Amino acid sequence: MTLLETTEVTVDPTATHVDKTWKYTSPLITCRFDPAGKYVFAAAQDNALIRWTLADGTMKVYKGHDSWIRDIEFSEDGKTVVSSGCDDRLLFWNVEEAAAEPKPTREIHAHKGWIRSIQLSPDGKLLASGGNDRIVKIWNMADGKLVKELVGHEIDVYSVMWHPQDGTLFSGDLTGKIYRWDTVSDKPALVYDGKELYTANTGQKAGYGGIRGMALSADNKTLYACGLHKATNPFGAVQEPLILAFDLESKKVVKKWEVAGLKAIAWEIKLHPQGFLFCVCGGGAGGYLTFIKPNEDKDYHRAKLPNVSRGMDLHPDGVQICVAHYDKQLRICRLQAKVEEKKEG
Amino acid sequence: MKSNYACRSNEHEIARRGFLGTMLGTAGVVGGLGAFTNRSIATELERKQKRVVVFNMAGGISQLETWDPKPGTDTGGPFRAIPTSVPGVHISELLPKTAKLMHHLALVRSINIKENDHGKGRYAMWTGRRQTPAQEFPQIGAVMAKSLGADKNALPGHIRVSSSTGGRSNDSAYLGPAFASISIASGKPPANSARPEGMTEKQDILRNDFRRSADERFSLRRRSAQTDAYAQSYEQAQQLMANRDVFDITKESPKDHERYGKHELGQHSLLARRLLENGVTFVQVTHSNYDTHNENFNFHLEQVGEFDKAYSAFVEDLVVRGMLDSTLIIVMSEFGRTPRINQYYGRDHWGTAWSICLGGAGIQRGAVIGSTNDNGTAVKDREVDHGNLFHTYLQAVGVDSLGSFSIGGQDIPVADPSHAPIEELLA
Repeated sequence: MTLLETTEVTVDPTATHVDKTWKYTSPLITCRFDPAGKYVFAAAQDNALIRWTLADGTMKVYKGHDSWIRDIEFSEDGKTVVSSGCDDRLLFWNVEEAAAEPKPTREIHAHKGWIRSIQLSPDGKLLASGGNDRIVKIWNMADGKLVKELVGHEIDVYSVMWHPQDGTLFSGDLTGKIYRWDTVSDKPALVYDGKELYTANTGQKAGYGGIRGMALSADNKTLYACGLHKATNPFGAVQEPLILAFDLESKKVVKKWEVAGLKAIAWEIKLHPQGFLFCVCGGGAGGYLTFIKPNEDKDYHRAKLPNVSRGMDLHPDGVQICVAHYDKQLRICRLQAKVEEKKEG
Repeated sequence: MKSNYACRSNEHEIARRGFLGTMLGTAGVVGGLGAFTNRSIATELERKQKRVVVFNMAGGISQLETWDPKPGTDTGGPFRAIPTSVPGVHISELLPKTAKLMHHLALVRSINIKENDHGKGRYAMWTGRRQTPAQEFPQIGAVMAKSLGADKNALPGHIRVSSSTGGRSNDSAYLGPAFASISIASGKPPANSARPEGMTEKQDILRNDFRRSADERFSLRRRSAQTDAYAQSYEQAQQLMANRDVFDITKESPKDHERYGKHELGQHSLLARRLLENGVTFVQVTHSNYDTHNENFNFHLEQVGEFDKAYSAFVEDLVVRGMLDSTLIIVMSEFGRTPRINQYYGRDHWGTAWSICLGGAGIQRGAVIGSTNDNGTAVKDREVDHGNLFHTYLQAVGVDSLGSFSIGGQDIPVADPSHAPIEELLA
């Protein structure tokens, strides 16, 4: 399905509801739709990558990591799925897998430590990865070879995201710093300071927060970063979600949204093709999808989910959102009103 | 409460005068054992003196992210297990440096204290007894200081290295204030240990001579445990003033600062080594904080990494400097953390099946005591608790844990008499 079709479909975030629920045997961490929208892949706390077929909910389990998977990405042709693990590795798998026990088609020992985030470049040729060794790396998708290392972060890298047009790459870290790397030249990276998304709690002696997710506006002039603030008790999960908007040119924070009163973390943020932002939030408050219009000061809708949510993705149809939950369930939400089934007789 | 020696026996009087005399002769000499002017005494103490250091992992460190990993199970979390220098023994990948030193250390993996409350767990682990309103018991530092004769050393026998300098704590119960801990901050001498501005050295000597004279006169008729503790505190303060350099970690090499880490735990651990080298009997270093109900793995990644660096440097130094045989090292918390991973990627309080690491004086090298089941939810064999551990610590440094303190004419068992040491852990 193309972006044009997505912008034409009718969605109503205020009518968001859970449409399907599939259960696994272990709490889920994150999830992604494949580019064709046929499958949804999720990572679980038993180190597995799970594939559900959207049409009928059939499940296949991919096992190969020695630790948790933190992120999932696909090749441009949609035939390969890449998982990044806390075991230093990137594993490549066939999306259309017939074997009962799938084996990875490629393995890269990519980082020293967790690989928290990966993303394919807009041209589909490169894969960016970032992790706990504080290095951002760029890999050639065709042969898996290292293309470039980007060194500068002074602490763990939490998220990476490509600019859709100019070849620059954003990477956000624990302390809220976002580096914008020019992957073509060797110019120094630009730094966006998202320090409001970091709390150095002196009482608990803990550094907490980080750039948990990023998105760009449709005109590519605004960078959105999400995470948490008001972390008065990091060890007790007392915090609230926060989304910052940076002007890409001036690097200044031009707007921020506090998802007030919600004891949770904003784990991921995405821009819907129809112009609104949405976040998945999870924590003591439970699970929520929150919706924001960039020109408004507050989120305009919060869709309560049945359990603590940890990751999400938007289907190419622009209507379905998959959400990974702590209660081992993958939920498919629809941004449309429920269609009432007609009762016979 | 009168002391047993209110009888003013000649024997005790002589011993005490000798002690004070030795103390007075040390002014200006740096170092605890080095402070003894009588070389034969110093040599004897150096040979025999046992010391204890506790690394207090405040808040409850996770056994699964340290000493008893369960990778690949429903409770394992994201960290893997790595081999150690002891064949067959694996610990968390968060401890790569410590893993290489495991042959100097030992693990107890089968602790069940039946407490999940911070205060009660801390009390149990620090006193070896369950908290009751009927009796207050001294903490391990006070018991060690008392049992190992720390009151006869030039420096305080019970020191807590902390974030802020403070006075004495109230942790010695019936053993009296002489054995209560003194809190000192990293790299700084205890509070108020500098000679007051405007006072000359001569004036200082004169005022202390006057104080001693008054004390001696008072003690002839009214001597008690309290007056002794009072006098001893002053003498110890004098030693502190004379030996302020002992607390100054800027005297340590830049290389050591780097090896231990420039974070607070690294600096505190370096100070702990310096204090032990200078004859302090008991030192407690606290690493805060591990009470990770939320994001347990991110926080342990950060904290245990710091610990691994500082702790491995500390153990290495004790080995290289020949101090390991005389120094008991204990790494403990008030409890462990739940095998179950909660909805916030956290782990909660768990006193039911957890671990500690220890080593050095009197401890079998490379030993692993007890085990938990496959996913760490229960002790599988050789269950022990705080009482067993407390006896073991004491026995390891040669203290008869089955003996008693004589307090005001009453015998109070040194450790909980209903428990026994873990014999197979003792060397």
